[in-house]
Amino acid sequence: MSAFVGSVINGIALGMAYALIAVGYSLVFGILRLINFAHGSIYAFGAYMVFLFVTLKLGFLPAIIVSVILSGLLAFLMDKVTLEPLRKKGSDTIAYLITTVGVSFVITNVLSLEAVFGSQRRLFPSTNLFGSIRIGNLTIQSSQIIMFVAALILMLIMTYVVNKTKMGLSMRAVEQNGRAARLVGVNVNRVISFTFFLGGASAAIAGALINGYYQSISPTMGTTIGLKAFAAAVVGGIGVLHGSVVGGLVVGVGECIAAQYLGSNVRDPMAFVILIIILIIKPNGLFGKKGITKV
Amino acid sequence: MEKKSNRVLSAIESVCYKFRYLFLILYVALMVIVPFLDIKLVHAQVIILIGVYAMLGMGLNVLIGYTGLVSLGHAGFYAIGAYTCALLETKLGVNFWLALVASGVLTAFIGFLLGLPSLRLSGSYLSIVTLGFCEIVTMILKQWESVTNGNYGVRNIKQPVFFGIKLDMYNGGLIVLMLVLCLIVGVASLAIRNSNAGRAFRAIKDDELAANMMGIHVSRYKIMSFVISAFITGIAGGFYCVTRNYIEPGSFNFDVSILILSVVIIGGLGTIRGMVFGAAILQLFPQVFRFLDEWRYVVYGLLLIVMMRFRPQGLLGWQSTQPYHLSKKTKQILEADGGTSEPLEAAGKTEGGSEQ
Repeated sequence: MSAFVGSVINGIALGMAYALIAVGYSLVFGILRLINFAHGSIYAFGAYMVFLFVTLKLGFLPAIIVSVILSGLLAFLMDKVTLEPLRKKGSDTIAYLITTVGVSFVITNVLSLEAVFGSQRRLFPSTNLFGSIRIGNLTIQSSQIIMFVAALILMLIMTYVVNKTKMGLSMRAVEQNGRAARLVGVNVNRVISFTFFLGGASAAIAGALINGYYQSISPTMGTTIGLKAFAAAVVGGIGVLHGSVVGGLVVGVGECIAAQYLGSNVRDPMAFVILIIILIIKPNGLFGKKGITKV
Repeated sequence: MEKKSNRVLSAIESVCYKFRYLFLILYVALMVIVPFLDIKLVHAQVIILIGVYAMLGMGLNVLIGYTGLVSLGHAGFYAIGAYTCALLETKLGVNFWLALVASGVLTAFIGFLLGLPSLRLSGSYLSIVTLGFCEIVTMILKQWESVTNGNYGVRNIKQPVFFGIKLDMYNGGLIVLMLVLCLIVGVASLAIRNSNAGRAFRAIKDDELAANMMGIHVSRYKIMSFVISAFITGIAGGFYCVTRNYIEPGSFNFDVSILILSVVIIGGLGTIRGMVFGAAILQLFPQVFRFLDEWRYVVYGLLLIVMMRFRPQGLLGWQSTQPYHLSKKTKQILEADGGTSEPLEAAGKTEGGSEQ
C-alpha cells in the first residue's frame, strides 16, 4: 500500500514538472499547429545551463534565473532564425516539423560535443535541500515537494499571464484566428516570439526541478522527456493551460504506478498508452476545444 | 534561378523517361554482375542499408507523399516486420521467403489497426498517435521476454537460401536480393500511384473535404494507404533482419522513425527516385563525413534546417512536365463522350503529376 501511495506522490510531483514542459508544447501548438520537437532539447539545454552556472559557483537560484533567460532566448532565437522565414514563405507543416527536428539535432549534439559538456551522464546538483520527511514507512523527499510547489506557482503565474495580461489576450486571439488577429492590429510575430520565450523559460525551470530530483543529466535526455510532456499536453487538450496540468499529472502518476508494478521498461511508453486511450475516447484531449473545419 | 534548375531537372527526367527500358535492363544487368564484384563487407553493409532505407522510404511515401498522412512511428512497423521474420525463422524454423511474406502481412494487419484511429483523428493528432504506437511497440518488444527475448534481442538469424545457394554479405547475394526487392517495391509503388487508389490518395492529400464531396470514400482509402505502407515497411524490416546477425528493440526507436521521415523529405515527397536518392544520402552522410567526427550530427541538423528553408520539396522533388498518363480505357471513354483526349493531355503537360 505504501508503495502505491509513494508512487502516486512521486507521480504528482513529476507530473507537475511535466506540466511545465507541456505548457511550452501546448502554447506553440495552439498558435502554430506545430509539434515543436526542439522543445525537449531546449529543456536539456536549460538543465545544462543550471549545471554550468552552479559549477561556476553562482549559487543555485541565480543559476536557475540565468538559465531561464538563456533558454527563453534560445527558443526565441530558434523561432526567429529557423521558423519565421518558413512562415513568411508559407511552407507546409512538414517543413516546420523537420526544421524543429533539425534544431533539436543541433542543440543536442552541440551539448554532447567533448569541448562543450561531453556525451556522458553528469551529476546534477540535488534540490533535496531540506532532507526528507518520513510518514510511517513512506519517505517524501524535499526535492519532490520543491518540484511540486515551484511548478504549481509557475503554472499559476502562467495562467495569469495568459488570461489577464494584454500579451495573453493577444496570444489567445492569435490562437483563435491568426489572420483576424493581425487585422485588428495584433503583432503576430511578436506574440509568437513571446510564446516561444515563455515555453523555453518554463522548460528550463522544469529541467532544473526534474534533474535536481534525479540528480543526473545527459544531453539526450530531452527527447524522451520531451515526448512524454508532449503526450501530457495532448492528453489534457492542447492549447488549454489547465489541460496541461491535468495531462501532466495523469501521465506522471500513470508512469510511476506502471514503473512500480510492471517494471521500468514500461515507464516511458506509459505516457503513450494513456495518450492513445484518451485520444480514441476524446479526440481533442480531456479539455480540448472541438475544432470546426470551415470551407 | 530556381525555375532554371527545375527546367534542367525536367529535361533530365524526360530523357530518363524516354530510355526507361534501357535503365531497367541496366538495372537487371547490375544484379547479375554484383556477385562477381568483390565488394568489401563494410561497403556491402552500407549498400544494403541504403536499399533497406529506400524501401522504408517508399513505404512511408505511400502514406505521406501520396495520402498526406504524416506518420512519426514507422520504426514501429519496421520493428514488427523485422521481429516477425526473425522469430519465425529462429523459433519456428520457417523458411525465409515465407517468413518475409508473413512479416509483410502481419505488419499490414497492424497497419490496418493503426489506421482505424485515423478515422477520428486528423492532422497532427494522427502523427502523435503513430509516434506513441512506435514507443508502445518497442515497449512490448522489451517486455514480452518469453517471445522476443527482451532487451537482449533475437540472435543467430539465419541467412536466406535461394535454391541451395546461401545468400550472404560475402557472395553479394544479399545485395542482389536487396536490388530485387527494391525493384519490386519501386514498381509496385509506381503502379499504386497510377492506379485508381493512388489517384484517390492524392485527391485526399490535396483536399480531404473536396475529395469526400467528389465521392471518394476517404476513410477507406486512408486505411488502405496505412495497410500498403505498413506492408512495404514490414517487408523492408523482414529483409533487414536477415542482413544482421541479430536485432534488438533499441534499434527501432524514435530516431529511426525520424530517419525514415528524413529520407522521404530529403529525397522528394511523393517521388520514387527521391526515396533511393534520399536513402543513399542519409546513409552515406555519416560515412563520408567521418572526418567531422562528433560534429557530423550538428552538421546533419543544420542541413535539415537549410534544406527545409531553401528546397522544401526535396532534392529530387519537382513538378513533372511529363504528359499525364491516361489508360486506353480512359481515352476510349473520353472519346466516346465526344471530347478528344488531346486537349486533356496538353493540359496534363503543364499540371501533371511527377512520374517515375
